[in-house]
Amino acid sequence: MNRARLTKIGLGIASPLLALAAAFAITSLVLLAAGDPVWDVWSQLLSWPKTRNWANIIDNSMVLYLSGLAVAVGFRMNLFNIGVDGQYRVAAFTAAVVAGEAWLPGYLNTLLAIVAAIVVGAFWAGIAGVLRATRGVSEVISTIMLNFIATFLVAYLLREWAVREKGSNILGTREIPEGSRIPNIGLGDGVSQIYGFIVLVVLAGFLFWFVLNKTRFGFDLRATGQSTTAAVASGVSVKKMIIVAMLISGGVAGLVGLPILFGDAYTYGSTFQSGLGFAGIAIALLGRNNPVGIAFGAVLFAYLNEQSNPLQILVGVSPQIVAITQGVIVLTVVISYELVRRYGVRLEQWEVARALEADRNDRNDRNDKASEVPA
Amino acid sequence: MSTTAPPAAEPGATSHEVAVRLRGIGKRFPGVIANDDINIDVRRGTIHAIVGENGAGKSTLMKILYGVQPPDSGTIEINGDQVTLHSPADAIKSGVGMVFQHFMLADNLTVLENVVLGAEKLHGIGAKARAEVMRISDAYGLGVDPDRLVEELGVGARQRVEILKVLYRGAKIVILDEPTAVLVPHEVDELFGNLRELKAEGFCVIFISHKLDEVLSVADEITVIRRGTTVKTVEPQGVTARQLAELMVGSELPSPSTEASTVTDEVLLRVQHLSLPSDEGRPLLDDISFEIHRGEILGIAGVEGNGQAELVEAIMGMRAGATGLVELGGQDLSHRSTRERREDGIGYIPEDRHRHGLLLDSPLWENRILGHQFREPSVRHGLIDKGAAREDTQRIITEYDVRTPGPDVLARALSGGNQQKLIVGREMSSDPIMLIASHPTRGVDVGAQAAIWTHIKTARRKGLAVLLISADLDELIGLSDRIEVILRGRIVGAFDPSDVTPEQLGSAMTGAGEDK
Repeated sequence: MNRARLTKIGLGIASPLLALAAAFAITSLVLLAAGDPVWDVWSQLLSWPKTRNWANIIDNSMVLYLSGLAVAVGFRMNLFNIGVDGQYRVAAFTAAVVAGEAWLPGYLNTLLAIVAAIVVGAFWAGIAGVLRATRGVSEVISTIMLNFIATFLVAYLLREWAVREKGSNILGTREIPEGSRIPNIGLGDGVSQIYGFIVLVVLAGFLFWFVLNKTRFGFDLRATGQSTTAAVASGVSVKKMIIVAMLISGGVAGLVGLPILFGDAYTYGSTFQSGLGFAGIAIALLGRNNPVGIAFGAVLFAYLNEQSNPLQILVGVSPQIVAITQGVIVLTVVISYELVRRYGVRLEQWEVARALEADRNDRNDRNDKASEVPA
Repeated sequence: MSTTAPPAAEPGATSHEVAVRLRGIGKRFPGVIANDDINIDVRRGTIHAIVGENGAGKSTLMKILYGVQPPDSGTIEINGDQVTLHSPADAIKSGVGMVFQHFMLADNLTVLENVVLGAEKLHGIGAKARAEVMRISDAYGLGVDPDRLVEELGVGARQRVEILKVLYRGAKIVILDEPTAVLVPHEVDELFGNLRELKAEGFCVIFISHKLDEVLSVADEITVIRRGTTVKTVEPQGVTARQLAELMVGSELPSPSTEASTVTDEVLLRVQHLSLPSDEGRPLLDDISFEIHRGEILGIAGVEGNGQAELVEAIMGMRAGATGLVELGGQDLSHRSTRERREDGIGYIPEDRHRHGLLLDSPLWENRILGHQFREPSVRHGLIDKGAAREDTQRIITEYDVRTPGPDVLARALSGGNQQKLIVGREMSSDPIMLIASHPTRGVDVGAQAAIWTHIKTARRKGLAVLLISADLDELIGLSDRIEVILRGRIVGAFDPSDVTPEQLGSAMTGAGEDK
């Protein structure tokens, strides 16, 4: 069994490595075709980041990680929640308003805002879940639509609730009071800090693993994702499962904007970071919907983002090149996982056949001996 | 158990008669030896049956002969010439045609169009083609109407269209893959009539089956394949079905017949006025009522698609819209969910184990939990207990003889029979009071079939009420205490299995016996 386990882990590592290698090769080809200095680009991208760059990478990873988790909850159930983007916007906006209004003192205010974000994110995704369960509307379509609605709804509400910052045209919600902010954690060089929200991010990752792998609910969810028909026959109510899975996915999505909100921005304004939901889809794919895998994926994407920043200045190449790399990774990941999966299944069938062959030969030897005696 | 049949064709002696000669055919797939040193001579003007368990390598062999897959080793001679078949087109050129188990017909085209499709070069698509179709149809008593739409045809007629297609393309050697699996008894007789006509005209028919009684009645020679290799070629006069089966599995086997009755007076399952409307017209289930007692097996016979699947799903609570009463042990289940019904003690062996019974990409121990998520040992206080689940899976593997290296293997890696044994073991866990077994031995090999029969009999002896749905009439007659026939969603007759023949059941199933 130990060897089989090792093979399994080996295969698990092989597929992302294969995908990365292919993605790097394709990116290099793009650079070559454009006549850009391939070597310089890679030596910048793959140079060891400074501590303050690491801080940025970790901060960015947290946000991407939550987004990846949110998408992965849906994926585990065979639901494609493209709406994480809209869900985290309405949720972050709500949290910003609640925290900014400061109805409660200190960290109670923070807690209330976080809960509000989860509830609103869940609600926004839940709309798609209910539509899917009761009317059979594809969640892909409905969540895309809800993204648009979210964007405009937030823009509209921002006008209602916003205050203008002094000396700027930027609209934003009221700033979160000092006592409700989540303190950052220093990285030891006295300057670089990462969001204190990291504690909650790690907790979210742990809960994801625990709920999906250790609870009956998680089993039902995974079973439904693998085979709706088998889940129904086992007594799972698929409609209920769809709604609950979307609620959870949306709830996690609600957390996506919060590290930024409580650790850096303190307000939700028209410049609040967007597009995080879509990166989450790529990261969930890359991380195979596994909480540890998603963490690697999130760090990789954040790393590429951060390392690409000085490309324009140092090498004269647009940092957009890493967007190509990231996009290609998504494609190569899908292909290499499928290849490795098929190989794994073949390997296992082979092992089973071999184990049974030996078993059967024993049996037949005995039978042949028995049948030599004429009846 | 040895047979008295003379050995098959001495090589060389009758070579002018041999239409197909296979020598030393071998084919390997990763980890599986599908065919190994297969030697068969098929003579012109005979029906040659090839029998073997599921997975013995019959289908692979036929695919090799039809050019779908190349063999790794060995030679194929057709009419004395050695041939290499790269594709079905090559095979057709050599005069080999094949009728697959699953028909390949376009429903929305007529019989003539279906026959001509892809063979337009032979006789065009007009009057000449029609004349040729009619000539073949008349010559071999196929009795097809070239202008009927295929969708209007019954299963038997569709099969005749498939045979016609093959003949139209000039085949002299016709392979039929499990042709009787989809037919009711009188259709089988018609088919055999057609085959005998072909034989009389000098065609050679290769007939693949695992229904041994049929093979014995129609074949001139029978080749038994076991574990990918030819075990023996016999003539039907010299063997019994039982001896053939024993050649197939390589050991002696039990029969499905039940022991002394264990039926009691206590009603466990009561179904009353169960109906299930459908979107278009005729209801899927129409006012079905029956009872099953403790220790009784009720068999449901019927041609597929007459409401068996819906009946089972309605009892399991998987069909919204079902009306009527379902009572288990005096408790009304009508408004309970599937999970609650399972909790109340219904074990369920579904008809389609891949769709309803297993998570193919999950390990066996997770499959042990499926359908039993609410009870120990696998789940405790809402949490999965992996250790206990694995342990209990190991128990099922041992008790039910599931051939697997261990509980961590993916369900997909097991053969059909072993998957089914795992399901049976799982559903018999945690003391159910009722068992629904829907086609429990479909697509499993003879060895697993015997084991599953034993388990169903054990369930009956333990006092379970068993609902058995099967297309295998021998299985139904052998196991059931009572048989009800379902036709178009209604129960149309009840039979005592101790004095009913498959033919009587067959005519009730098709509605021919409705007047009685």
